[in-house]
Amino acid sequence: MGLFDALSRGLERSREALNEIFYFGGEVTEEFWEDLEDTLVMGDMGADIAMDVTDDLRDLAARKNLTTARQLRSALADRLAENFIEPERDPFSATPSCVLFVGINGAGKTTTVGKIASSAHEAGKKVVIGSADTFRAAAIEQLDVWGERAGVPVVKRERGADPASVCYDVLDRADAEHADLVLIDTAGRLHTSPELMRELAKVVNVTRKRAEKMQAGPMPVYVVLVIDAATGQNGLVQAQEFNDALGLDGVIMTKLDGTAKGGIAMAVASKLSLPILRVGVGERIEDLQAFDAHDFCRALVGE
Amino acid sequence: MFNSLSDRLNDTFDRLRGKGKLTEADISSAMREIRMALLEADVNFKVVRDFVAKTRERCMTAEVMDSLTPAQNVVKIVLDELVELLGSTESKLVLSNRIPNVIMLVGLQGSGKTTAAVKLAYLLKKQGKSPLLAACDVYRPAAADQLATLGGEIGVPVFRGDGAHPVEIAQRAIREAVDHMRDVVIVDTAGRLQIDEQMMQEAVDIKRAVKPDQVLMVVDAMTGQDIVNVVSTFAERTDFDGVIISKLDGDARGGGALSVRAVTGKPIKFVSMGEKPDSLEVFHPDRMAKRILGMGDVVGIIEKAQEMADAEQIEAAERMLRDGFTMNDMLEQMRAVKKMGGMKKILGMLPGGQRMLNQLGGNMDESIFDKNVAIIQSMTAAERLKPSIINGQRRARIAKGSGTTPSEVNTLMKQWGEMNKMMGRMRSMANQQQQAKGKKGKKGKKGKRGRAAMPGMGNLGNMMGGMPGMGGANPFGGASGSDMDMLRAMEQQMKGNKRF
Repeated sequence: MGLFDALSRGLERSREALNEIFYFGGEVTEEFWEDLEDTLVMGDMGADIAMDVTDDLRDLAARKNLTTARQLRSALADRLAENFIEPERDPFSATPSCVLFVGINGAGKTTTVGKIASSAHEAGKKVVIGSADTFRAAAIEQLDVWGERAGVPVVKRERGADPASVCYDVLDRADAEHADLVLIDTAGRLHTSPELMRELAKVVNVTRKRAEKMQAGPMPVYVVLVIDAATGQNGLVQAQEFNDALGLDGVIMTKLDGTAKGGIAMAVASKLSLPILRVGVGERIEDLQAFDAHDFCRALVGE
Repeated sequence: MFNSLSDRLNDTFDRLRGKGKLTEADISSAMREIRMALLEADVNFKVVRDFVAKTRERCMTAEVMDSLTPAQNVVKIVLDELVELLGSTESKLVLSNRIPNVIMLVGLQGSGKTTAAVKLAYLLKKQGKSPLLAACDVYRPAAADQLATLGGEIGVPVFRGDGAHPVEIAQRAIREAVDHMRDVVIVDTAGRLQIDEQMMQEAVDIKRAVKPDQVLMVVDAMTGQDIVNVVSTFAERTDFDGVIISKLDGDARGGGALSVRAVTGKPIKFVSMGEKPDSLEVFHPDRMAKRILGMGDVVGIIEKAQEMADAEQIEAAERMLRDGFTMNDMLEQMRAVKKMGGMKKILGMLPGGQRMLNQLGGNMDESIFDKNVAIIQSMTAAERLKPSIINGQRRARIAKGSGTTPSEVNTLMKQWGEMNKMMGRMRSMANQQQQAKGKKGKKGKKGKRGRAAMPGMGNLGNMMGGMPGMGGANPFGGASGSDMDMLRAMEQQMKGNKRF
């Protein structure tokens, strides 16, 4: 199933709402614009963006004389897609690379690492997983299961160990095995906890330093934020804080298979200029897919 | 938490307060801002619409518009409506007479069910129950391991039926509880999407099989607009009895918390505010509403302090009144602040404190506490009891011993001086009260404040470390009045005191 189909399925509800506006809207009236704005707000993209998008679309309608709602639908999809930026390089396919997964508790970091490891291994890459979540109970065991499923080695230490030192070990192992792709899971943390953010900054620093000294030449390190599609406006604050502390390279959005519209992805992408690297549209490994802004927006407005 | 919502509403209200009389246009613009603030806080769209409509209607009445302090009336109405929205009374966990009682937790993936299960078990254990945790999440790898580890840490047994069907695990857990005299079974289930028919049916099956006394839904404080779809389906299928809001220790504005009750009519029972097992708190709608409005949670602080203040501390407070304030007392207080969750947490609960925290960048450097502890610990016993003997030479020695500088020692000495002075004032207040009591036995207002502030509060007053201005004003005494002007005044005072 392609991204478009998967998303269409997931985004059905929000499309219904938009359909109602577009289909029954007929002629564009003041009410139509209000409804549109409301619907966009309901998609979690934030009142700011919703207003911007609506205003832009209103201008466009006036300029190009788009009078029916149907004409506006594709214009809307295009306008929404503008919010996203393309990744310069996909760290999961353009290897060698080392990717650190960060995010708040319960965003889906461990599962994402597991899924990416599986698909990269399938694609013939030499993958090493590192478990730097030494805080949460059974996080290491959880990753172990994923490593086993994928047939990928998992580098770990006992619970409570220093996460930065785990990262060092992971890269040692990757160095010895000449791995293409290193995936490191970190402990979930709220961005409001300065100590934990400092700890994470140290983890990233240690990883960067070690990655520079790989035998095969420096390995680029990416820091990727994992964010739950159901997250509301706080997602933007999260992304901002993580970005300030660590310098993010991209975002992965998980759990888009529910009724959540993932509008927060749009807010994060447009306000922080971060590319969306993957979206999770289901529980299976192949459900974690590359992100295509146009597909996402087309699915969203039901073109 | 809720910071930004408080900020926005506070700005709005500051503008309203600046006016003597409100016009309809003023109210309209205030309502617009409230609407935006609530939307930004992820409060569900429809809930916002209703809330604003209702609030506006109440604000437009002649009573409000023509009153002398319309802005305050508006604030009060917004507060009332918020409390109403959050559920006007607090909803406790109701356990039945059945043994074992069964509590079942449901929710989306990653909402924090397992953590909540452990925290709930810890809470019940503290209340003298003997809980049993049942690991019914058979899908997420190592979910049962996580529960087993956490259960082990708090000393609560965990039943895991690895390999079995979740319904069967739940049933066997209950049998296990009966056999081992456990009186509450907490069933931790797998995370599920509300549109996943098969998984929802499983939850219904578990519920039917074990007939839980309480089904609690765990909701992430950071969820956005979609929460409405989620909770309404869960309500329909599992008919849960209450909600636990998780991850509220972040800065999520928790609009989900505001919306859930309005959408489903189900009360919020607990909020989870940290990573440690003791961070599950009973949800108080009124306090939460006040916090949202930046009016502080004075009652919360007092309760928290009372919880901490054991007999020993009360005795210490009385001794302090009698003999003056020593460095040992100061040390004790610094430890007490730490125990209560640090200055940041306490400040966050104070009226205007959250705003002040934001002005400080949302975070406070609490390392000064550690430094001060080190300084005091570098003093001799005699110096601690009688700090006035500390001269230049001693200061240099103390600084050396604690790895600080003499100027840091000086700062601490100055703080001690301020507190000692304050203690003196309190002492005289207490004496006055004693006299008043002796003469007439009437409860003079001043006297009452003085006393209310004494036992556990003595600690609190000077806990405020570097905030002599605050401590001197004795903000806790008047909390019972809870009137807005006083809270406002305190806020002003705190604003003016950004030293620490």
